Amino acid sequence: MALIKLSELSYGQTAALKEIKINGIQRRRLLDFGFIKDSEIRVAQRSPLGDPTAYWIKGALIALRKEETDHIFVEIIKHDKVNL
Amino acid sequence: MSTTCAMPNNIVRTREQVFQINLSKTHHESVIALAGNPNTGKSTIFNALTGLNQHTGNWPGKTVKRMEGKFRFHDRHYRLIDLPGTYSLLSTSTDEEIARNFVLFGKPDVTVVVVDSTCLERNLNLVLQIAQITNNVILCCNLIDEAKRKSISVDQKSLEQDLGIPVVLTSARSGDGLDELKQKIEALAMGQIRPQPFAVSYPHALKEPVETMTSSLRELFPTLPNPAWVAMRLLDGDEKIKEALASPELLPSLLNNDSNLTSENRIVPSNPSVNKIFNMADQLSQSVRPVMHDLFVESLFEDAQRITRRAVVKKNGVRIWDNSLDRFLTSRVFGIPAMLILLSVVFFLTIEGANIPSQILADWLFQIEDLLDQAFNYLNAPWWLTGFIVHGVYRGLAWVISVMLPPMAIFFPIFTFLEDFGYLPRVAFNLDRLFKWSGAHGKQALAMGMGFGCNAAGVIATRIIDSPRERLIAIITNNFVPCNGRWPTLIMLASLFVAAAFPSALSSVAAASTIVFITLFGVLITLLVSKFLSTRTSLRGESSFFQIELPPYRRPQFFRIFYTSLIDRTLLVLWRAIVMAAPAGGLCWLLANIYIGQYSLFAHAANFLQPLGQAIGLDGVILLAYIIAIPANEIIVPTIIMGYMAAGQMTELDSDFELKQLFVQNGWSVMTAVSLMLFSLLHYPCSTTTMTIWKETRSVKWTVVSNLLPLSIAFAVCFIVAQTWPLLF
Repeated sequence: MALIKLSELSYGQTAALKEIKINGIQRRRLLDFGFIKDSEIRVAQRSPLGDPTAYWIKGALIALRKEETDHIFVEIIKHDKVNL
Repeated sequence: MSTTCAMPNNIVRTREQVFQINLSKTHHESVIALAGNPNTGKSTIFNALTGLNQHTGNWPGKTVKRMEGKFRFHDRHYRLIDLPGTYSLLSTSTDEEIARNFVLFGKPDVTVVVVDSTCLERNLNLVLQIAQITNNVILCCNLIDEAKRKSISVDQKSLEQDLGIPVVLTSARSGDGLDELKQKIEALAMGQIRPQPFAVSYPHALKEPVETMTSSLRELFPTLPNPAWVAMRLLDGDEKIKEALASPELLPSLLNNDSNLTSENRIVPSNPSVNKIFNMADQLSQSVRPVMHDLFVESLFEDAQRITRRAVVKKNGVRIWDNSLDRFLTSRVFGIPAMLILLSVVFFLTIEGANIPSQILADWLFQIEDLLDQAFNYLNAPWWLTGFIVHGVYRGLAWVISVMLPPMAIFFPIFTFLEDFGYLPRVAFNLDRLFKWSGAHGKQALAMGMGFGCNAAGVIATRIIDSPRERLIAIITNNFVPCNGRWPTLIMLASLFVAAAFPSALSSVAAASTIVFITLFGVLITLLVSKFLSTRTSLRGESSFFQIELPPYRRPQFFRIFYTSLIDRTLLVLWRAIVMAAPAGGLCWLLANIYIGQYSLFAHAANFLQPLGQAIGLDGVILLAYIIAIPANEIIVPTIIMGYMAAGQMTELDSDFELKQLFVQNGWSVMTAVSLMLFSLLHYPCSTTTMTIWKETRSVKWTVVSNLLPLSIAFAVCFIVAQTWPLLF
């Protein structure tokens, strides 16, 4: 299945993390938060101003800016039915 | 200190000297380090173990807060050191460096790693890292009550077996498991249990280089307790570890396990041998370095996942209430309005709640002034001494304390409550986009929130911002949020002048809106100045990444709120203000009582400043009051009144009516009030804040900028208002 940017992941979709095209200290921080290959990730909440977005990963809620999520690539593994 | 020259043996300092731990001289104390991810209830554990036997300081040479405490258990004494909360020890932030250096070189007798039981897998990442550095580790699975509520069960036996270290399940809030924790600390400190931590599996590609390095390290430093871990860090090109190994004080502490060694027989490694190891690491790592960090963390998480899968059972489908709360508090529609309403409620409670206590405190302190006055007279003290000490220094102090203490004693606990509840990171989350636009960080919003209470506390609060550039921006702009010392002036002006210009039915709404408008104007200036600093100055730069964890909402704890807000924040700030306000009170009295010719020095100075004051819609007396009140904004209004009445000491009037009359007689109009409000909002930080800025930045340049930049903005804005007002009205 094709990879999409994490920023394109919609609410209700679960994805597996595949690649982080960010280097340096930011990459290390992401790894510490559990952003490693094949981790499951879900969109939890977008900020009122549209950015950043909070994601569920490894049981915690981590907020990232679009500048970061544009460089993180994921594969959708599940679509949930969402009733909002 | 240069690391290349050979250091004589007697330079070697003990762990206690390097990390500034003052252990008791009369009895043996075991040193216990407390490590863990942020938001795991680590500080609750710390408080539960030490109670009020704690004190706050900074880590040597760093502006990072350190908590230290003592406790006794079964007649043994323990010294508990709270390490900064970190997610890992690999990313080399200052916090991580401190935590790692302490575990590695401080060699605590026991290291307790506190983890969040609801989020065990990610937390185990840190546990596995620490267990590589030291064997004396205890895993403390905290928040076990919360895990239960979320239908997560943790198998203690399975964790102990897999990790090879003692495990305790605790709920620090209710005290469950703390006795067992103390027992295990005792057993480990006394050597009754000897943990054999699980050895992490190195990724295949790293096995060979790690093994080669490890055996060379063993050869050179036979007493090095954790060669595989050091090998790994050197291969990863960790500069901080290199520095530490080359440092003449840290490496010996690592090699000399026996603290009874005298300085003569301590091993001090020669520099050539250390350099040899560094070169070797560089050669071996060439092929693996680009991927090795990823590989290593991935293998840590693989281990963590495997261990978690065996130990943790999680039932799905449990509804978690904080998700719904987040839907509301950070939602597109309600998020920002909810935040503004919450902020208004906090202000309202602070201002209304402080009125009566302030009055009682003032009455009481001014009664003491009368008593002091009588005492000085009884002792036949000369009038100038009584004046200077009692009506100058003491009165200034009394004023500052009575105006400052009650609002802070209300504001800081509410703020700490929101912090403890978990709301504050959401504020950063809600507003980050604005700060991103200005090249800064969303966490700046939190420092601003603290600034509403006190700008000095706001400046300290910028420590949560990692990027030095963004932190400096937050420090310089914190002045633009009005602090508790400025609120009373703003409210007085808004109600006496602006509200009075409206029909009485609308007057309170007009006053409130004026305050809201002024506050939002301060926020706007903050964003514009941040943008300016990050595009046009040496603080130029892209805004860094956001990356923050939004912790679950949690019921706040009374003890922490009480301790953090009153002892750590209110009293600290009050003390600094008192130190600053005393000389200001004295100076004020001197200016008003030394006469040259017919007029006092105060009057001469005010006359001199008159043209400048008028150009910006104010007058000489107001400007002079601002100069005298640099130490504390609380005494602005009493000083202005003193100037107008040509009185010999700071004065207050009994009614708002008289106050307004006095101001109007001295030529005030609505424009004066508006200019003064803007000047009060913008001018420059008080000297307590300035001193804090210097302490935090250690830079004269940035301390000066933090004063001159706001001052120029204040003059420019007030000048524009004063010049355009007559054209508009």
